[in-house]
Amino acid sequence: MTRRTNIWINTDWITIAIFVLLVFLGWINIYSAEYNEHEPGIVNLSERYGKQMIWILAAFTLAIIIFIIDARFYMYFSYFFYIGVLLLLLAVLIFGKEIHGSRSWFILGDFRFQPSEFAKFATGLALAQFLSSPNMNLKTIKNVIKALLIIAAPAFLIFMQPDTGSTLVYAALVIVLYREGISPIYVFMVIILGVLFVITLIMNKTAIITILISATFIYYMVTHQRKKDVLIGAGIFIVTGSLLSLIRLFLQWDINFYFITILTLIGSGLVYILLAYRYKLMKQLLVYAFLVGSVLFAFSVDYVFNNVLEDHQQKRINVLLGIESDPLGSGYNVNQSKIAIGSGGFWGKGFLRGTQTKFNFVPEQSTDFIFCTVGEEWGFIGSAVMILLFAALLFRLLILAERQRTHFSRIYGYAVFSILTFHFLVNVGMTIGLMPVIGIPLPFISYGGSSLWAFTILLFIFLKIDATRTEFL
Amino acid sequence: MKNQYVSRKYVVGSVLFLLVLLYLVRLFYLQVIDTSYRSSASNNVLRFVTQYPARGLIYDRNGELLVYNEAAYDLMVIPSQTGPMDTADFCAVLDLSLEEFNARLSRAKEYSRYTSSIFLSQISSTNYAVLQEKMYKFPGFYVQARTLRKYNRANAAHVLGYVSEVEESDIQRDPYYNMGDYIGKSGVEKKYESLLRGKKGVQIFMVDVHNQIKGSYLGGRRDTVAVVGSDLTLTLDADLQAYGEQLMVNKIGSIVAIEPATGEVLALVSAPGYNPSLLVGRARSNQYAILEKDTLKPLFNRALMAQYPPGSTFKTINALIGLNEQTLFPETEYYCDLGYYARGVYVGCHLHNAPLNLIQGIQNSCNAYFCNVFRRILDNPKYGSVREGFVAWRNYLTSFGFGSRFGSDLTGELPGFIPELSYYDRYYGENGWSSLTIVSMAIGQGELLITPFQMANMTASIANRGFYIVPHIIKSNADGQDMDPRFSEKQIIPIDSSHFETVIEGMDLAVNGLPGSGSTARNAKVPEIIVCGKTGTAENPHGEDHSIFIAFAPKHDPQIAIAVYVENGGFGNTYAAPIAGLMIEKYLTKHITRTWFEEYILNTDLIHIDTTNQHMD
Repeated sequence: MTRRTNIWINTDWITIAIFVLLVFLGWINIYSAEYNEHEPGIVNLSERYGKQMIWILAAFTLAIIIFIIDARFYMYFSYFFYIGVLLLLLAVLIFGKEIHGSRSWFILGDFRFQPSEFAKFATGLALAQFLSSPNMNLKTIKNVIKALLIIAAPAFLIFMQPDTGSTLVYAALVIVLYREGISPIYVFMVIILGVLFVITLIMNKTAIITILISATFIYYMVTHQRKKDVLIGAGIFIVTGSLLSLIRLFLQWDINFYFITILTLIGSGLVYILLAYRYKLMKQLLVYAFLVGSVLFAFSVDYVFNNVLEDHQQKRINVLLGIESDPLGSGYNVNQSKIAIGSGGFWGKGFLRGTQTKFNFVPEQSTDFIFCTVGEEWGFIGSAVMILLFAALLFRLLILAERQRTHFSRIYGYAVFSILTFHFLVNVGMTIGLMPVIGIPLPFISYGGSSLWAFTILLFIFLKIDATRTEFL
Repeated sequence: MKNQYVSRKYVVGSVLFLLVLLYLVRLFYLQVIDTSYRSSASNNVLRFVTQYPARGLIYDRNGELLVYNEAAYDLMVIPSQTGPMDTADFCAVLDLSLEEFNARLSRAKEYSRYTSSIFLSQISSTNYAVLQEKMYKFPGFYVQARTLRKYNRANAAHVLGYVSEVEESDIQRDPYYNMGDYIGKSGVEKKYESLLRGKKGVQIFMVDVHNQIKGSYLGGRRDTVAVVGSDLTLTLDADLQAYGEQLMVNKIGSIVAIEPATGEVLALVSAPGYNPSLLVGRARSNQYAILEKDTLKPLFNRALMAQYPPGSTFKTINALIGLNEQTLFPETEYYCDLGYYARGVYVGCHLHNAPLNLIQGIQNSCNAYFCNVFRRILDNPKYGSVREGFVAWRNYLTSFGFGSRFGSDLTGELPGFIPELSYYDRYYGENGWSSLTIVSMAIGQGELLITPFQMANMTASIANRGFYIVPHIIKSNADGQDMDPRFSEKQIIPIDSSHFETVIEGMDLAVNGLPGSGSTARNAKVPEIIVCGKTGTAENPHGEDHSIFIAFAPKHDPQIAIAVYVENGGFGNTYAAPIAGLMIEKYLTKHITRTWFEEYILNTDLIHIDTTNQHMD
């Protein structure tokens, strides 16, 4: 029982110090971004900076409450939190107030509440609970699918609101699965498909197919012992392709040339499958399947891009990839944001002296684009300090997670790390033109009660668990 | 506790480390290395508001205000700032249909959603007043003040010219102009653009994203003040100009009146003309298209651009050349038997007494007489050949300014045409022609082409007894800036002034000769003023001949020299001479005594009769 009194000492004050510093810097920058010369008091409750002060005080209170509650409460009730949040997400779809075309908010009088913000910590807890159950390993497909379902359920409900930005945050939890032993092939495939997605939008398909087929051929030539077989395989491939092309020519087949390529791949692939099965060359078969999959994926990207993504999302991606340049249209936000940050120079323009943010050239300058105020008024020095503060927080969280003695607490620590990392990288990346415009807040900095509280809860549950780590063996 | 995947923390950590590094490098590039964002930031926040100076005013020679400015308002829109509003009310104020409203708004959006563009240019001041009251209800719209040209009289459109928005080519030629600026496109407005336009000023403001002004930049230290355009006084006599246009109603042709001693253009009428107010403001492009399609070509400045054979008026020139070359003397007599016959060539003439001396020849406008005069000049033994004689003759013509532009300050001058030696050499071969081949030029027909403007100047040269000053429209400007020196420089014609007296005698008699003495221009007679004139008829292969008349008055102290052309007006004496007489009387006495005569001209319609006749056919 004496261990319990150590909580004061075991609490990680470094993280708390960074947290307080970030929250304070956020408040200062919101003050600057929203500065109203008629209401100059920073505690003026009619302005956002006054309100943020209330949110901050409430967040501190929340943190204290979280610390008072026994750490085991979060473990035992993790699924209750999770189910409760799912119900809230369902409810907001039905009872939520539609703002800018999405149902993300409950509004009760003056009180606004965004359940998707709170779903993050609950999902983290549930994932930790699931992955820390006895004899759990991620080598079986069944477990991987279960874990992915835990992540996908809230993501799907948020996607229905729709709130693409908050949905994407859940992809970050793949980092947790990776740490817990999921095969790197999954991660590798996600990265390859991501790269392929981007390349497909930039390059023409003939080039991509040529590269993919050549790469596979070279791979076989290098790894396969019997080079002759590989050459025969290539021969089969070419003959099949020529035959199909001839048939197309004679029958006046009104069919896309790319379709012929895919048919050729699959057709000649049948021979491989037989051979591979016979000689037990499963690895080669997998590579071949991946080739076919990649080619099919390359084609589906166009379809997904044109039919699934919304117009403004397509444009944002096009602007980021440099396919489209539209500084007054969809590129406006990024362009103005880069101008604001870029005009800050090395030392910045000084507190309350940012013209771009002050005169509203930057949109959402106290929420999603708060980093612009930092960049413009505090310059490279200020923004570098803020980036390093975040980096310090994230590395500290990594260290804390790794020092946990239970699976549950480590997994939850990684969840906190993943979510904060994603928010930080995407938010800052978007303001400096490294990421597409995805509307998610910068943790602890952006204006807003829901997000500040949610991040506080997310972080402090972990800090509380961490503070009691010595109680577990 | 053992965990086989613990090494993966290094992968996660290194990836994060690399990304943080990438972000720092990117920030350093954005903020420190790439300086272009700083200028973009000033472009964002600094609004350069152009201060448009009022364009210079234009007065006539008597100080009457002809052209001034009226405030007009461009309605601007920033599409991204528009919001829900009472579109019906908005359209009602501006007289727009809903379709037009939507079309204009989408055009503005196409241009840019975030910067302002003209939604509706030049709304009237009454619309502006109503709109101003309601402006707060129409977010995203604002009004920018401009000035429009305004005319006190509906006259002299061709002289004054018009103003319109600059084109891309203007901006490229002169960086002074920006999109949406106005520039003189023709006439005085174009010629004296640099004086009239003044100098734009600029005020620099700091604005927010809604274009709302937040204060002046650096306390206004970088602002410049607009300089008002310089006022111009023209040589034009507005009353005479208006009277000329009135006389030319329902006629095609032109009148050019010049003050001989100074070369100042008193009136320059091209009929049919148009009201200069038509080519102002929003209606300009529509009206311009209508005028351009008009078969009577009202935009065509006949006074400067129409080129006709000079007809018999040209006999005065041939007489002067002959006298100076001493192939002709005042007492030289030629016989005329209803025309001139020589080796198969016949030039017809009308019935008159014969033989005639030079003065009578001019008075009677005898064709045969001048065929002889012309051939004697070209066949002058002094030169040895007709080709040399032709060159000598031609040199006299160019000294009058024929065949080339004066380089006057009136825009659109055409040079006319005086054939060169090579022209006939090419046509007939070097030895294939004689003075007889081209004898039609003796009476101003043939290949000669002369504009009314050149003709008026020729008349002024005769009135001056041997010199002219390049005719011009500018009298002075408010800046006192020096005028083109050529506008006060005498161009001497190499013909002895005594010869002019002889020709002038003939021109006097042509107008004022006793009845029955064969005077051809009696219709130009003005009570108590000695008008000297000469009729002409330009042959017109397409229809009725063109009536021409040149005159100056008073004989001994010329105040006005005038050339009148009436297309399809028949003989010079029919319409052109009476118009010239009325113009001279109007200018010299400010009063018309023979109102019945005036009525006759005013009621003459040479345009519509023609067409009704055609309909009847």
